Parts: sequence; structure tokens; C-alpha cells
Amino acid sequence: MIASENVSRTRTERLVNLVICLLSTRRFLTASQIAATVPGYEHDADDPKDHEAFQRKFERDKAELRELGVPLETGTSSILDAEPGYRIARRDYALPDIPLAPDEAAAVGIAARLWHHAGLAAAASSGLTKLRAAGIDVDPHATLGVEPVVTVDPAFEPMAGAVRDRCAVTFDYRTPEDDAAGTRRLQPWGVVCWRGRWYVVGYDLDRRAERCFRLSRIVSQVRRTGRPGAYRPPEGIDLIRYVAHWSGQPVERTGRATLLVQHGRAAGVRRWAEEVTPGPDGDRVVLRFAESGWFAAWLVGYGSDVVVLDPPEVRDEVVARLRELAEVHRAPAAGTGAAPAAPAGVT
Amino acid sequence: MPPAASADRLGRLLNLVPYLLARPGIRIVEAADDLGVTERQLREDLELLWVCGLPGYGPGDLIDMALDGDRVTITYDAGIDRPLRLTPDEALALVVALRMLAETPGTANRDAVERALAKIESAAGALAEAAPVAVQLPGNADRLATIRGAVERRRALHITYYAATRDETTERVVDPMRVLVAEGHAYLEAWCRRAEAVRLFRVDRIDGMTELDEPSAPPPQAQPSDLSEGVFLPTPDYPLITLRVGRGGRWITEYYPCEEVVEESPDHWLVSMRAADLGWARRLVLGLGPEVTVVSPPSLAEAVWDQAQVALAAYGVELD
Repeated sequence: MIASENVSRTRTERLVNLVICLLSTRRFLTASQIAATVPGYEHDADDPKDHEAFQRKFERDKAELRELGVPLETGTSSILDAEPGYRIARRDYALPDIPLAPDEAAAVGIAARLWHHAGLAAAASSGLTKLRAAGIDVDPHATLGVEPVVTVDPAFEPMAGAVRDRCAVTFDYRTPEDDAAGTRRLQPWGVVCWRGRWYVVGYDLDRRAERCFRLSRIVSQVRRTGRPGAYRPPEGIDLIRYVAHWSGQPVERTGRATLLVQHGRAAGVRRWAEEVTPGPDGDRVVLRFAESGWFAAWLVGYGSDVVVLDPPEVRDEVVARLRELAEVHRAPAAGTGAAPAAPAGVT
Repeated sequence: MPPAASADRLGRLLNLVPYLLARPGIRIVEAADDLGVTERQLREDLELLWVCGLPGYGPGDLIDMALDGDRVTITYDAGIDRPLRLTPDEALALVVALRMLAETPGTANRDAVERALAKIESAAGALAEAAPVAVQLPGNADRLATIRGAVERRRALHITYYAATRDETTERVVDPMRVLVAEGHAYLEAWCRRAEAVRLFRVDRIDGMTELDEPSAPPPQAQPSDLSEGVFLPTPDYPLITLRVGRGGRWITEYYPCEEVVEESPDHWLVSMRAADLGWARRLVLGLGPEVTVVSPPSLAEAVWDQAQVALAAYGVELD
């Protein structure tokens, strides 16, 4: 345990020195120049085994720096250099100055706490630590009164990454009405949260048209298929409007219905009432509705507590639905796990 | 992919120098607390930094610091005076959460959120621009602002609340704890004196509200709900109902948390879910219509059949 701690300490020390070294140089430094400079890379370049071990170590270290987001630049300082070298440009490395006022810093601190998703919660928190490192003080107790719980579907991260890199993707997509998932190919343009659900908008390569997909219906990994930067999303597209249009707009309640509601029953209907007139056989309740089919289905949920008096088309729709319900639930077929009741006339 | 522990430590060390540089003479225990590490860990980090520096690695090249008892001041930074830029994931996580905050109806100090968002977006540069993530959350901003005000003033509330599970409009006194937006709905989380438990009240079902003179006083056992798994968490003590669902009713499997969905035939699925209340289940099945039939429990099937018959009788329709 002590030994492995020492190894990791030596490794971390070497990496810190490597970063400082590459930040301080304007010239590209070759691997052998780095080996001759930074402690921890000492080796015998003439011994093939030793040299190979160094190269592996150096490759691992470069990968770790890139993983961390350190912008390692590769190039040559002069055309005479046969071997490429490395350096870190300060302007690409350093977080730009972010002059956050105290209330703005508090807002960022709150935002970073909102994630209910392990990976992005960690990313938000390490991002916040960088802001603190830049000298910004964040009030850990601030609150804004109303806070959203930020959750995303598993497809969110890979999809947002593909949007950022403008990289086509393929995934299996399943709507509840379909028997099996279908494979879709998409050039994603943007990811949208609309009314608490996540969507991706893009160009569907098979249907050759704009399409919108609900991220919760993606049942496979999101796999990248094209090269990064292979397409350009349309300029100035309004993603929210696109999803809102696709999901349907709220309809105006132009219809007016009169119901007979049992005393003290169907509270869910009463709370939408415009007028309530008590009577001996129940309360006459007047309310508005948008679409008679949907409205009738909702009223049927209240069973015998609600009787539609007017308009006739809603009344007829309710009666028709009740008949069908009674038919399929006719005892004792229901409840035994048997097949659905056979249509009348079939034995 | 979670970075390895050594990468974690490297990232922390690269942040540590500028962090301390900006706060000369900070107490080590305070810095450790702020950075989420133990004091011992922070002291080990400082020891490690002490032997790092510019090539040459002589006394004038190494990172230097003054340790004064329990306080520390960086006196030479060897060129790592700024933290590392935000990674794409960090930029995404902060920008999306800020947009969520900015779009949440009824948020206090929205102006500060929007200013912060603009600054973070500009610092993230191409990362924020190239990852368009747009957000729109629903909710009645005025009503939310009123409720938020009551929460901030720490007053108890009398609310008229429509409890959809029981189809009842109820009157209750609650001790507000917080207001939140989750899964597309705004909620007031409060200690309900009637239920003697923490409850989430959907704001669009609060039909009336009066702020009381007495203070909000949730008892010590009132803990905020853990919403990481979702707002509605069916528990095993709720009755299990099984429905046979046709294609036109399949959407319910996306809308309600289901225990199991089994394909029974090419056009029918057996869907099992937990219902908090059989009366609610009866209204659900009646409302869904003939696309859905009850498989179990038998009492639910009977209730649906019974209701349909009685309702038809009220319309003057007799079934043979």
C-alpha cells in the first residue's frame, strides 16, 4: 500500500513538473528533450528496453493530461526538426477571467448542486472548483427559493457530445406503440428540455427530413458514425419552438358542457367548474372543454358520479365508451386472466 | 468516464496553486473544507507541490510557499497561476443547470442567474455555443412566486389541495420547506400537519392558499425527499394491478412507473403497476376506455364493471 502510494505520488509529481515545463516553453520540446529535463523520465536511451519503457510511460502521461483537458500542442519549432515536440499554450490552458459578482457566483454555486446525475454532478462540481481556484468565492448557503431538480436520460451525455462535435449518430429508438425498436441515423442539431422531458432535434438521414426524438425512448447506446464536423446545423434554428410544435400546442377550451355531479363527489371535475348550481338529484356543473373525445374519456373516469346533460355529442361519446367498457369487463371473464371477451356472436 | 484517482489528484493540484494564490494567508482547514478534502490530504498536496517547479529545479525555480502555523501563502507559483480551462463536460453541466435555473418559473433573482449564465457561456466559448441545449420548464410563475414568498418568510400555510389519488379536495395546514421543479411539475415540499409527514404538493393542484400568522415549524424528523429516483416512488405495500393493454393504450407504460410489461399477443401487453389507491386505479381504467381491461385484482375488475353499469343506467341504458 505504501509502495503504491509512493508510485502514484512520484507519478503525480512528474506530471505536475511536466505541465509546468511545457507551460514555460515557447519552443516545442521533443520527447528526448523532455526526458532530459523533467525528473522521473531518466532512462538509458541506448538501451532499447529502457527506451521503450520510457516511451510507454510518456504516452500514458500524455493521455492522462489530455483526459484532464490539458491542451497539449504538437508541432515542430523549425523545419529542421525531424521529430515533433510538445508544448502547452498558456492562452489555451488557462481559464479566462470570469468577473462574477457575488450574487452571480452564488447562482453558479446553486446551479452546480442541482444535478441529480452522478457523472454531470461530478463535472459541475469540478467546474465550480475551477471557478473557486480562479479566486471566485461562492456562498454555499445561498438559495433562490425555487430550484429545479436537474435529471437527464442516459442518452443525454453522448448526444450532447455528438451535437458539440457535429457528429452523426445511430441509435435504437422505441415508441410505446411499436413492437420493436428501430435503428435511426441522425445528424443531431441540439438537445432540448421541454416541459421536463429531454429531446434531440436533428436531420434524420433515412427519412431525409427534420425529426425530433425523445431521449427516454432511446434504448441502445448512442454510437457515433460520421466524422466530427461533417455537417452544419441550420442557422438560427429555434429548437424549443420545433419541439413545442411537434408535441402539439395546448388547445383553447371553446366547448361548454353541463354535467350532473353527485353531491360531494368528483372533486377533480368540480375544480374546473365555472358554475355550480345545487339541486335535489346532484349539482349542475358547467365547465369548458377543448376536444369532445378527450373530454368524454376524462369524464368516464368518474363513472356514475358524473352524468353529461349537454352537449349531446359528449353525452353520446360517454355512453358509447361506457358500453364498450362494460362489454370488455363483463364478469366473470375479467379477473381470471382469460383472453379478452370475445365479440358478440362469436362462440 | 471517471478519471483515475491520480488524474483526480493532478487536477486538484493544478487548481490548488491558483486557489491559494488568490487567498494569501488562508487557514489550511478552511481551504480543505472549501475544496472538499481532509486537512491531512491538503497538507500532503502542499508537500508534493513544494518539490515541483520550473526546469532547473533550484531554490528559485520550485513552487514556494510560506506556512505560518495553520495558514499558508504561495510566494512563487512557477507559472501555474490560473486554473485549467473548463472541460466540455464541466461547461455543459454548469451551463445546462444555469439555463434550468433561469427558465424555472418563480425563481428569485433571475437577473443574477442570467448574468452568471452569460459570463459562464462566454468563458466556455465554443463549448457552450456548439452544444445547444435549450430548456423550457412549465409552471405558473405568479403562483410559484407567491408560494416562494411564504417559504422565504417562514410562515405556515393553509392550503386547499386537490388530492388526485383520492379525488378529494382537502384543507390542510402545512409547514413549507422548499419549492422545486421536477419531471415537468412544480412542487411545494412541506410538513403536512394532517398527514404528520413530509409531502410533495403539486403546485397546479393547490387551489387556494392563505398565509398564516404562525411560523413554519417542520419538526426535526421532516427531511427533504430524495428525488434522485423520481418523484413518485411506488412502494411494495401499494396494491399491484395488472392490466391488459392494447396498442392504443401503450402510452401508459411511458407515463406511469410500471413493474412489468409483458407481450401477451401481437396486439396486447400485460402491464403491472403499483397503485396507491384502488379508487384511483378504477378512475384510470374507466378513463382509458376499452383499450385497457383489468386482469387483476378481481375487485378492481368488478368495480369497473359495476361503475360502467350504474353509469349507463343513469343514462337510461340497460345492459342485457
